[in-house]
Amino acid sequence: MSARPTVAVWKFSSCDGCQLTLLDCEDELLAIADAIEIAYFPEATSAELEGPYDISLVEGSVTTEHDVVRIREIREQSGLLVTIGACATSGGIQALRNFADVKDWIPIVYASPEFISTLDTSTPIADHVKVDLELRGCPISKEQLVETVLALLSGRRPRLPSTSVCFECKARGTPCVMVAHGTPCLGPVTQAGCGAICPAYHRGCYGCFGPMESPNVGALAEQWRALGMKEDGIVRALRTFNANAPAFREASSELV
Amino acid sequence: MSSSDGPSTREIRTDYLARVEGEGGMYVRVRDGEVDEVQFKIFEPPRFFEALLRGRQFTEAPDITARICGICPIAYIASSCNAMEAVCGIELPEQVRLLRRLVYCGEWIESHVLHAAMLHAPDFLGYAGAVELARDNKPLVETALRLKKAGNTVMDVVGGRAVHPVNLRVGGSYRAPSRADLQALVPELEWARDAAVEFTRLVATFEFPDYEQDYAFVALRHPGEYAIERGRIVSSAGLDIDVSEYEQHFTESHVERSNALHSTLAGVGNYLVGPLARYALNSAELSPLARDVAAEVGLGDVVRNPFRSIVVRAVETVYAADEALRIIAQYEPPEPSFVPAVPRAGTGHGCTEAPRGICWHRYQIDGEGVILDAKIVPPTSQNQKTIEEDLVGVVRQSLDLTDDELAHRCELTIRNYDPCISCATHFLRLEVDRA
Repeated sequence: MSARPTVAVWKFSSCDGCQLTLLDCEDELLAIADAIEIAYFPEATSAELEGPYDISLVEGSVTTEHDVVRIREIREQSGLLVTIGACATSGGIQALRNFADVKDWIPIVYASPEFISTLDTSTPIADHVKVDLELRGCPISKEQLVETVLALLSGRRPRLPSTSVCFECKARGTPCVMVAHGTPCLGPVTQAGCGAICPAYHRGCYGCFGPMESPNVGALAEQWRALGMKEDGIVRALRTFNANAPAFREASSELV
Repeated sequence: MSSSDGPSTREIRTDYLARVEGEGGMYVRVRDGEVDEVQFKIFEPPRFFEALLRGRQFTEAPDITARICGICPIAYIASSCNAMEAVCGIELPEQVRLLRRLVYCGEWIESHVLHAAMLHAPDFLGYAGAVELARDNKPLVETALRLKKAGNTVMDVVGGRAVHPVNLRVGGSYRAPSRADLQALVPELEWARDAAVEFTRLVATFEFPDYEQDYAFVALRHPGEYAIERGRIVSSAGLDIDVSEYEQHFTESHVERSNALHSTLAGVGNYLVGPLARYALNSAELSPLARDVAAEVGLGDVVRNPFRSIVVRAVETVYAADEALRIIAQYEPPEPSFVPAVPRAGTGHGCTEAPRGICWHRYQIDGEGVILDAKIVPPTSQNQKTIEEDLVGVVRQSLDLTDDELAHRCELTIRNYDPCISCATHFLRLEVDRA
């Protein structure tokens, strides 16, 4: 990697919130912009450099034929390809179509369905090309983003947790909302990284960082039932922002 | 990115608009000196929110619809909460409501400063973006970043995080912040208010193209406050309706020459929502400081030049900081922090002032709280027809510009609206041909 690596930011189907997180690094943004060459980032600048790019940050999921072609072209032009956020890493909220028939959905939203061109599924970037690193979250964590940029600039792997949100609750001293208040919480099966925000605000984790490695969703579902949650509530909890992540998808499909 | 294909026909095209939220483009064709066709194009792929909401619990709508837009999630959270509270017959206690208004002030600051200072100002100053601008004027960009952070910090403290806040729910908040939590925001908000005044003075000195349109303005209005999170829908043509009456007056229609559905107001046609509309209809309700700054920079009672929207955004940023300070000064943590929401079968409507204009929601739920039907009308889709009318007007009086200059002028015209294409796509037709 050259002294000032070139960085491109790409958008697929998404809300733009993860790209915005980059612009939300108010204290670090200008220093980062000095250390890298922003080669392509249309949400922030109309300047544009030709590829190849040392690092590509990819937001959003694949939902059109054109996306399928475009992500391959981006992969070919990119040294490292980093996916940012739940849409890019699991398919996002729009992956709820994967559990329905999208042909039934189009006329609900659009008056002239024949003009809508969309795939039947919303899929993560890694289903289409090799991904070097993924940042979870809906949205991603600013701290993880800065850590990742710093790590890539110095040629090391970023330090990203693989534990559950429970560890972050313990670290910040938040009493367990399931134990103390009987509030259903996805924290025990969700990958850490957000800082355990929801329990600190007296609500259960809703899993926006997706499943941790080897989660025991069945055991958690048992606990939720004991708290009075019905099966459809458990399914909906698993089928939200990371519905298509394999561990959540399989667990929810077993419950339907 | 523009081209000419003959002496009598000029085509101005931008395939991928920069510095807007989402994926869009534009196309203008001039034949024999007359503007022949104008399209503000949307090719952001659809995500089918209205469909995927069906079958979800009514309490889930705020978190789910927040994901329509990472830049203005509070607008979706607040509009959907209002709609569900209307179904359930909930009136928010004053302090609970003020917390929602406070976090909304944070979103206005964050979104307005992002757009005005980092995406729009570079157009007027001749830069490709804020990072390029920072090479020559670092203090300006540093001030903008600190201002934006002040807004994000309000969202962090009241909402839990800046993008997709977690602390808002149907009926109020999961947890009310303490007085000390909010008092800690005061010094930075005081700085932000003063910095926004200076920023207003700066952007008012920009050179604005000489262009005006006689817009039909539409905004919320509520007595005694600059309407943000509640109010009736009013227009400059005399409309004054409850948000539940929206569909009796506004229709979405398909215009053949464009690939987008357009909103129209009965008896008026296309209309405009957002800062210019709010200012024209409600400027008397701004705080004294915001009113004084607006008068000082010569805004008058109504702004009809869309290029000056950046000045109105700056004035609204002053107001949002001022209003946040006012709310914090009188804050008493509500106990409990929310009104429990018990579902009942019915239809509810909610409408709030997103930074870009009114964001209208309607939901039908059953007695178990299951969403049967949802309809969401975001601000950018309402403005789309007016954006195209502006393009026609601006091109018509700018034909002496070179193609490149004209393309830039057209892009600037679109950016006047701070268009959020990610939002609009839940409703706009997909542009299949990417040109």
